[in-house]
Amino acid sequence: MTAATTSVTTASLADRVQQWWRNSNIPPVYGFVVIIFLLSIVLDLLFGVDDQLFITNPVILTNILVRSVALGIVAIGQTFVIIGASIDLSVAFMISVTAVGGSYLMAGDPSRVWWTVLVLLGLGVLVGLINGLLITRLKINPLIATLGIGLILKGLLNAAFDNFAGAVPRSFQSFAYDNIGPLPISVLVLFAVVVAGWFILRRTKYGAHLYSVGGSQEVARLSGIRTGRVLTIAHIICSLTAVLTGLFVVSRLRSGAPWVGTDGLYDLESIAAVVVGGTALSGGKGGVLGTLGGVLIFSLLDTMFNQIGIDAYLKQILRGAIIILAVGFYTFRSVEEPS
Amino acid sequence: MALSDSVQQPFGDQPILEVKNITKRFPGVLALDDVSVKFYPGEVHAVVGENGAGKSTLMKVMAGAYQRENGQIFLAGEQVEFDHPQEAQNAGISIIYQEFNLLPERTVAENIFVGREPNRLGVIDRKQMESDTIEVLKQLEAEDIIKPDALLGTLSVAEQQVVEIAKAISYDARVLIMDEPTAALASHEVGILTELMLRLKTRGIAIIFISHRLAEVLDLSQRITVLKDGVKICTDLTENLSMGKVVEMMVGRELSDYFPDRARPEDIGQVMLAIRNASNGAVHDIDLEIRSGEIVGVAGLQGSGRTALARAIFGVQPFTTGTIEIHGRAELFRKPSQAIRSRFGYVTEDRKNEGLVLMQPINDNVLLTIRTLQRLLARAFPLGIRQDKNLAIEVSEHMDVRTPSMEQEVQYLSGGNQQKVVLSKWLATDAKVLLFDEPTRGIDVETKASIHERIRELARAGTAVLMISSELPEVIGMSDRIIVMWDGTIVGELPAAATEAEIMHMATGSADNDAEQTP
Repeated sequence: MTAATTSVTTASLADRVQQWWRNSNIPPVYGFVVIIFLLSIVLDLLFGVDDQLFITNPVILTNILVRSVALGIVAIGQTFVIIGASIDLSVAFMISVTAVGGSYLMAGDPSRVWWTVLVLLGLGVLVGLINGLLITRLKINPLIATLGIGLILKGLLNAAFDNFAGAVPRSFQSFAYDNIGPLPISVLVLFAVVVAGWFILRRTKYGAHLYSVGGSQEVARLSGIRTGRVLTIAHIICSLTAVLTGLFVVSRLRSGAPWVGTDGLYDLESIAAVVVGGTALSGGKGGVLGTLGGVLIFSLLDTMFNQIGIDAYLKQILRGAIIILAVGFYTFRSVEEPS
Repeated sequence: MALSDSVQQPFGDQPILEVKNITKRFPGVLALDDVSVKFYPGEVHAVVGENGAGKSTLMKVMAGAYQRENGQIFLAGEQVEFDHPQEAQNAGISIIYQEFNLLPERTVAENIFVGREPNRLGVIDRKQMESDTIEVLKQLEAEDIIKPDALLGTLSVAEQQVVEIAKAISYDARVLIMDEPTAALASHEVGILTELMLRLKTRGIAIIFISHRLAEVLDLSQRITVLKDGVKICTDLTENLSMGKVVEMMVGRELSDYFPDRARPEDIGQVMLAIRNASNGAVHDIDLEIRSGEIVGVAGLQGSGRTALARAIFGVQPFTTGTIEIHGRAELFRKPSQAIRSRFGYVTEDRKNEGLVLMQPINDNVLLTIRTLQRLLARAFPLGIRQDKNLAIEVSEHMDVRTPSMEQEVQYLSGGNQQKVVLSKWLATDAKVLLFDEPTRGIDVETKASIHERIRELARAGTAVLMISSELPEVIGMSDRIIVMWDGTIVGELPAAATEAEIMHMATGSADNDAEQTP
């Protein structure tokens, strides 16, 4: 082969990679995930506090995934409502309610686990239903409706509890701490939620309708879609994922306190993860795989910052900067594309 | 009409859709007055008329989007009642609006089958959906150009329209209504659409379309209905009609409004704005001069580039080529703030979104632009903050804005009063060149006359005025000169006393090819 043909093939290889990337339907956020992953290896080499590289340490790698579980599950639910051009600010409060309610109701007794979970899931359905009806029937702005419901939940919770209350039985803690094979149960649950979310959005009629409602209420309505019902179901799904996250949090902490959800910033961070994942806040575009990427970025950063011993406040500053950077990149790209 | 009913119909002589004695009233206007029309299968039926004649209203009544006051609709001989566009669509009446009802972020297949995706237990059968999509596209012979899994937003406007049509016929449409289907298309794309219409016609679908382009109407349709001011003037076979006849029926109305006197020769002063050979993406080859003291009327159909011209002059979407002289100096506005600094004003056609800040009081709206001319927090400026209030009161009184208080939020004013506030805004900046786009749209007759009076007054005081209007009587009544636009450029200029027919002839792009048909 001559030099000329070689250079042609390398050029077309770059093109082909680009082409493949475009056709593969992989959300662009995974580009960031890869970059940050490589960056953390470099930083680990340069500034790592111990001798071992974190990518060779399965404990740290698994830890990255476990860190993603709490935020990941609720962010999947948040993805649903945001695709429907709505938003849910009540999730953090719902997580607190579930965590405290869980440990209080279970009271260390394994026989109480199953009905406690059912009661909490029922509560999730109820709160999601109220959110959805306020938004679709009374036409209250979703930001206000869900914030209002969240504050009501917080008030009720603070009236009843002022500290850690009760405890979950040891058996329930296996949700957070035990493995099936090499993977923690919690990570498997996260994956199950992601797969279920992907399936509902991409493969079912309901998913198609949710994208339509988020893309244009008018188009959806004129096509005979019952827009209010579709959006209300999205809110119920979102509340249910908040309950699941709450159950994971309490199984990890053994006992829930009224501040665990809000201190975890699950409301704002779930929205940030969805947006970093490439789902448009204006609705109609995006998906759960992107959201998972967004969540992975956050846990990768956390792990990396821990590895090189970055101060907690600096950590927050860097997180904020990365959120802005990622979203700025999407906007820039969507402005550039048409030309 | 006895004549038309006797004509041989390829799909039988029973009308597929018939409207009888339709009346539709909007607050203050009778949009449709006792309209009856029959539409036949396998026939292209054009509905024409000036803006506000009731064409779109009639379409929406037939498609179930509007509820009528009176009259009946028959589909294939049976009386039908549609409460929702979906019901009409399921019955076989599909409508395609000017603004497409499509989702840019979804695929072609998802758009065509939105709301009725083929599924098993709620799980979408994607293979089925894609093959159904190909099937529908095949009927339009578009299966090679448009792929079912392409994102809609990546398609051209013409291709998106094909998807709209595919969606419509996938409901087994027997009647396809298109509201100005060619308005959004570039001239080379129109051919695709006309070919499609013919193909659908041969399959026995009744096609009803609204168009302002009369040459196209005469070319494509077998039957034409003319509406004017909500009344049906005539329905006849196209072969019995000519361009001249249609125009005559569309405009046959007397100039009943009162307009102020035109400019006297001594009013006309120096050239304020001269544009030579200028173009941008939306308009091309523009040559235009406006002098102080004159009102230049701009006539043209929707999409002819009227508004684009005003936007180009004002720097919203600036000219990219050509030379522009302002007050005798070569200058090109790249953004509106430059135009405003050179004492230009632009009264847009959409006063609620582009002309006013609805939630702010009259006072702040009137001062909106003058404030941009002041330095931030500059007290020393001749129009310091203290004097603002007087200025706002002065101009709005001069414009006769009727309000109990300058603190009244403009959203609570009537349309006419709102427009006066917009005018006050430009009066406050002492604009020397004013561009008006539909200055009296949606305004009652009395206020209309007073706004006309004010515009003439401004011209008399030395302002150069460019006035765009789709109401021909307004253009004729107000202008000292009339320029006519078509297809993004100025196709002709007419003197003050031009007739509606002369203008319509130029504006429909028919002046060149059949001048002999001028009535």
